[in-house]
Amino acid sequence: MRQFEPLTRKDRQPVRYLIVDDSVFARKSLAKTVESFGGTLAGEAADGCAAIAEYTRVKPDIVLMDITMPQMEGIEAVERIVGEHADARIVMVSSVGYQDNILAALQKGARHFVQKPVKPEALYEIIRYVLSDEGVTVGALGENER
Amino acid sequence: MKMDLIQPFIGSLDAVLSEMMQAPATIVNLAMEEDGYQKKGLAAEVIFKGQIEGRVVLDMDPSAASRVASFLTGGNVESGEPIVPETVCELANMVIGNAVTQLNDRGFQFKVRPPTVLTREQCEKAGQDSEATLLCFETPSGKVYLNIAMKYHARRARERAPITVG
Repeated sequence: MRQFEPLTRKDRQPVRYLIVDDSVFARKSLAKTVESFGGTLAGEAADGCAAIAEYTRVKPDIVLMDITMPQMEGIEAVERIVGEHADARIVMVSSVGYQDNILAALQKGARHFVQKPVKPEALYEIIRYVLSDEGVTVGALGENER
Repeated sequence: MKMDLIQPFIGSLDAVLSEMMQAPATIVNLAMEEDGYQKKGLAAEVIFKGQIEGRVVLDMDPSAASRVASFLTGGNVESGEPIVPETVCELANMVIGNAVTQLNDRGFQFKVRPPTVLTREQCEKAGQDSEATLLCFETPSGKVYLNIAMKYHARRARERAPITVG
């Protein structure tokens, strides 16, 4: 997999991700992608309910959230997370990308939308954009930070 | 079944397979099926409800599924590994999700359930009055099948509505 210039936080620590998807395979694949961006996996969840609990526990820098999931769908989870954590940065990652869905997710507080299959180059730019107001930097991490 | 319902699935499968396999996929057969669907390899099923109701089965030769799994994981995945059926599910999610997106943007309102691995050998008919179309795609790593069975729920509801005269 292609390696990208690492995205780091203002304090030069790796960006911490929470990945939410009911597919184990999709979670693994996304984890691999964000690792190629220099990020670390802070947590993962298989549905919206677990995502809310996991968000509170790990306080990630960014959430990658699927939409179609059992128990609680991604859009409802976004609303609940943003309701409790107004600064939450959530990017929707779903194969179902019709306009109503995208609009609903953005209205509930998601910052961006990526359609599956995910192109790492596109996701990299979106994450950089979404985190830009928090002082994300692009550059090499120190050896002990990798 | 109208081609305008099937076309998004064909386009989506072609686009997703081409990217995941880094090679083109070609349609080699299209057939109508009246009976239930007989699974041929590793399959996943997605059910949708709304103005259009039915189900789609994505069925892959194990060799084709393991090639996609290898691409997505960046390693060499053998066809017997447990991650391969999971790959078929995720691929079904992508293919059907992209097709559903196109249909929704054309005005059809319906919801999709998460894909499930099809463990049974025979998949029953989607409904008494459903039509099923079986598409067979050839890829460099084996065949990929898409069985689409659905009906216009909204149209049928209108057909059942009482006719008023005068």
